[in-house]
Amino acid sequence: MFEKALIGSKKYWGLVIGLLAIMGVGAIFYLQQWNYGLGITGMSRDVSWGLYIAQFTFLVGVAASAVMVVLPYYLHNYKAFGRITILGEFVAVASVIMCLVFIIADLGQPTRALNIVLYPTPNSILFWDMIVLNGYLLLNILIGWNVLASERKSVPPPAWVKPLIYISIPWAVSIHTVTAFIYAGLPGRGFWLTAIMAPRFLASAFAGGPALLILLSLIIRRFTKFDPGKEAIQNLGKIVAYAMATNVFFILLEIFTVFYSQIPEHMHHFEYIFAGLEGHGKLVPWMWTSVSLAVLSLILLVNPITRRREGILALACVIVFVSLWIEKGFALVVTGFIPSPLGRVFEYSPTIPEILITLGVWAMGFLILVVLYKIAVTVKEEIEA
Amino acid sequence: MKIDRRGFLKIGGLGILGVAVKPVIDVVSKVKLAEASAKKRVLVEKRLAMVVNLKNCKEGCTDCINACHGVHNVPDIANPKDEIKWIWTESYEKAFPDQEHRFIGGGMKGSPAILLCNHCDNPSCVRVCPTKATFKREDGIVMMDYHRCIGCRFCMAACPYGSRSFNWRDPRPFIKKINPNFPTRTKGVVEKCNFCEERLAKGLIPACVESCKNKALAFGNVEEPNSEIRGILRSNYTIRRKPGLGTGPQIYYIV
Repeated sequence: MFEKALIGSKKYWGLVIGLLAIMGVGAIFYLQQWNYGLGITGMSRDVSWGLYIAQFTFLVGVAASAVMVVLPYYLHNYKAFGRITILGEFVAVASVIMCLVFIIADLGQPTRALNIVLYPTPNSILFWDMIVLNGYLLLNILIGWNVLASERKSVPPPAWVKPLIYISIPWAVSIHTVTAFIYAGLPGRGFWLTAIMAPRFLASAFAGGPALLILLSLIIRRFTKFDPGKEAIQNLGKIVAYAMATNVFFILLEIFTVFYSQIPEHMHHFEYIFAGLEGHGKLVPWMWTSVSLAVLSLILLVNPITRRREGILALACVIVFVSLWIEKGFALVVTGFIPSPLGRVFEYSPTIPEILITLGVWAMGFLILVVLYKIAVTVKEEIEA
Repeated sequence: MKIDRRGFLKIGGLGILGVAVKPVIDVVSKVKLAEASAKKRVLVEKRLAMVVNLKNCKEGCTDCINACHGVHNVPDIANPKDEIKWIWTESYEKAFPDQEHRFIGGGMKGSPAILLCNHCDNPSCVRVCPTKATFKREDGIVMMDYHRCIGCRFCMAACPYGSRSFNWRDPRPFIKKINPNFPTRTKGVVEKCNFCEERLAKGLIPACVESCKNKALAFGNVEEPNSEIRGILRSNYTIRRKPGLGTGPQIYYIV
């Protein structure tokens, strides 16, 4: 099936070459990081995780969202999603690979990465994250590829795929739960020390991931002969609406507990992102942008009149994605370190090399996605022709 | 049996997967055993700890810092973003945020407090390390293996005392005079105070304690009832940093 990715239009190759070029730029700056060390990033003794780990956290959510199309189709036999499960699974594949690459990019000694496997340490959450992420990647490659191959031959998928699909459903929940545990179990980091971290992660994942899936479906319909289907897109829209509302609700719960209890160690972090602390407020405009976009997206998504119009739905999905990216793909990780355990406010902003390396990894993820989607869409076009 | 290329690759792939999964399964199967043996109460005959007498600590004096950083090849990077420190001073209010109030008396307000790794009884850094590069010895010292550390910095996020530093760049150009008896570090690994385990092995007390002319630092085995440190703890009221977090810090402060 892979040969489908090697024959394509000029537009397809243009996209592939464009992404390769961005990857190349990222790779050059990664070499610089390799030589100099992580000091070329904006990270510091106080803010010791930054953009890379934040991208990893955000993308785990995007990956987990495949379950939102897989579950209704396989557990409730909801046929409309049958056309797009493969799109969800391939998004998961590309996102998990990005997650793994972001972790490697963040390591001070990347050549020692295999120490996690050579000296397995079950009391470390990172050990379990390694297992669930790689497992989820493998599940989605196996399921996606085999189901598509069978579809191509117009035969039912092999019997052993079914159990894997059922396993992949709770497994999707596990990847984001375990990722939340990385943060939620640390003493002395008041911003993260909250049991609602995992539910929050899942809610934002089930909003951001399907929002991306809607956008990708609309792009595919526009540029190829394969139509993911109006009904599927509309119902994904409802999922985004519910999940985004739940996400906002969870954040409000957090804000109540923190500000009503008035415990300074928890409150200072929220003051830093929403109002600034000791004259430092780099994140304040970003956070209020995220909040405004979240409110706007809810207005557009909850109201059926706006949600049913595909143009507005697409706009709402872009808004959801950007709002969640600011909140989870940046602020959530950085704010945990500000103020520091010693009460020092040391701000963080990513450097140019750090941003270019990050873009390079995103380009790599999109390249994987483009190639996988090219294969899937070509197969689907052939079946329908 | 006929095996085509496709079949061969499939079997080969499964084989490689098996090899990768094996160590993980090994460990999971060992967990129960390890838990069972940990529950048996083992008599601890040694627990190293330190007492810092803030009343004796002179403002502006950096003897302990110089001694420690000199003997351990700690680089002097002035930039706060990349700085590395094993022992340093912070104002009393920053060191003990739970004790901060408007009327702090006794000359403690704004006075320097010596900070270092607390060598916790229940260290959260050890709990989160994915490679056991940081670990607790039986005598209580929380140690680092610089050759195993992958530089993920999970321990830095887990430490509630800010005791850990990361080598954001090659530290060697910033070491004024290299002590050939102690390793220098490479970029990309975490480091921190090691309670001078290399000196203890030779029967010497920690460098910071030795260097303090004002007798503000004391070191010893708190499991030994007749030790000097137990005597100090008996006759003085001491506090610890953030005891509410359950980490069991082993640096005691006389204020």
